[in-house]
Amino acid sequence: MMLEVKNLSVRNGEKTILDRISFSVDEGQWLMIVGPNGAGKSTAINAITRGVDHTGEIWFEGEDTERKKPAELARCMGVLMQNHAASYSFSVEEVVALGRYSHSSGFLTQHDDKRKDAVDSALALTGLTEKRRQSILTLSGGELQRTFLAQVFAQDPKLLLLDEPTNHLDLIYQKQVFELISDWLKKPGRAVISVTHDLSLAKAYGTKILLMNHGTIVAYGEAKEVLAPEYLEQVYQMDVYEWMKKMLSQWTETR
Amino acid sequence: MKSHKERFSAVEYLLFTAVTAAILCLCVCIGSVHIPLRDTVMIIWNAVYSQIHNWIFGTQLPLPSGATASIILSVRLPRVICVAMTGASLSLSGTVMQGLLKNPLADGSTLGVSSGAALGAVIAIAFGVTFPALPFAGTMVMAILFAFLSLLIILGLAYKLDYSLSTNTIILIGVIFSMFVSSLMSIVITFAADRVQHITFWTMGSLQGRGYTDAVILFGALLVFGTVIFLHAQELNAFAVGEDNARHIGVNVRRVKLVLLIAVSALIGICVSIGGTIGFVGLVTPHMLRMLVGPNHRRLLPASLFGGAVFLMLADLIARILLNPRELNIGIVTSLVGAVVFVLIFYRTRRDR
Repeated sequence: MMLEVKNLSVRNGEKTILDRISFSVDEGQWLMIVGPNGAGKSTAINAITRGVDHTGEIWFEGEDTERKKPAELARCMGVLMQNHAASYSFSVEEVVALGRYSHSSGFLTQHDDKRKDAVDSALALTGLTEKRRQSILTLSGGELQRTFLAQVFAQDPKLLLLDEPTNHLDLIYQKQVFELISDWLKKPGRAVISVTHDLSLAKAYGTKILLMNHGTIVAYGEAKEVLAPEYLEQVYQMDVYEWMKKMLSQWTETR
Repeated sequence: MKSHKERFSAVEYLLFTAVTAAILCLCVCIGSVHIPLRDTVMIIWNAVYSQIHNWIFGTQLPLPSGATASIILSVRLPRVICVAMTGASLSLSGTVMQGLLKNPLADGSTLGVSSGAALGAVIAIAFGVTFPALPFAGTMVMAILFAFLSLLIILGLAYKLDYSLSTNTIILIGVIFSMFVSSLMSIVITFAADRVQHITFWTMGSLQGRGYTDAVILFGALLVFGTVIFLHAQELNAFAVGEDNARHIGVNVRRVKLVLLIAVSALIGICVSIGGTIGFVGLVTPHMLRMLVGPNHRRLLPASLFGGAVFLMLADLIARILLNPRELNIGIVTSLVGAVVFVLIFYRTRRDR
């Protein structure tokens, strides 16, 4: 098993944000964490990357991540989240090259011979080769997001965690990002976990689905089972299927 | 579209050193008694040469003598060296804070860290605080401690109010904290007016009458903490892109932040205990140099080091000669320039949003 999360809980004072959730991801899988706002989806990602205090265990390839140094952890898992508000005019290439940090960090910088190749291929993969010397302050939202995607590709983790990376992006970028990631996943030894509130995206790309509400797991498993009408009704308090069909019918009629 | 090299090249180091040395000589030769540049350079050169010669070969070569030489060697040179070291330290601290907080307006003076350090120094002098192990350094240690405490308080408050540390939050907290600390400082100074320098020294700074001992202390601090900072250039780049991003790419965020905040507190504390609060140096020079060499800290840190020295030497020169024979506090000059630059940066960051 690549990632195993056991009884993960996060509390903020009296409030319980995550309540003893457990799940696992194996190589080749794309786990979609879905649920309404405030379900604790992003907190789960944050806890896995040690961005928030938590209890419970997180194991990566049979090792407790608690014992890993930050750089080791970064070689195991990379994160792409909604990025905005750059402050300084770093070039695209500089930001992408930062992805190699965990491969070259150390008191006396050890040499990272894959650095150039990793950066070049990440730039090529995301179509940013032309813009490599451009300042990130001049990029559009979609290009900025692709820059960070290139960074995490250069980081070359085994597990990719996505925290609603396409939330504020146009459809074009949403499609681009998801296609790039599903290509990335094709190489053996890799897995993806992503948080989204777009159920259609989850259904289209997810191999496994985790439905959350109020910090607990409502259902977990194959898309067909988890996105069943009764679970969705319980979480969203509405007939999700009816709504989705209505949305889709807007398109079938015009063509 | 401008692209920059990865690191500061040897040529760039030479160029920056040459400019700094030239400005240093210029600042030494201009003053209430004007000394020709050629004489100034000769006297400094002879003094340095004889000292090095004596040190290596154990000879007793004399220092240059005469009225001119004494003005230069015992009054102006130590002062200008202190100014250069202070400028370099403050500028480096500003660069670090702006990187760590991903905010071009962060600086010891805008956040109130310098005021905190000044309060520590004033308390140490007023109450005669000494530490058993460091009997002569009580003021300095207190200034460093208070600088560090101020940083913890300011960042703690800022994170409570607004996790992303927006510009508005930083300015707001900086202003409130500075005012609070300054009023505490006024109270202490009022009660111990016989022992503590006048309040303007602590609020506007001055390096008048500083000697070689101070220069050595400043140099030592810059060497130690400057090295620590230079070793974290890549981590600073990561923080300048974003703290969450830094964590995701594998930076030990807590440790790096702690180490850098200690280095910054030490530099600011030592500068303040020697020269009082000199505002905006760490705001102005990194901003200008970022335009010149780009935001990559591998280049920005060395550039700020030299740039800060040059900026503060020029400010000190203006402070000395503008109303000759009266002398202005150096902080008056830096704050005049700094306030304008502050407004410019503020508008620029808002416009970009």
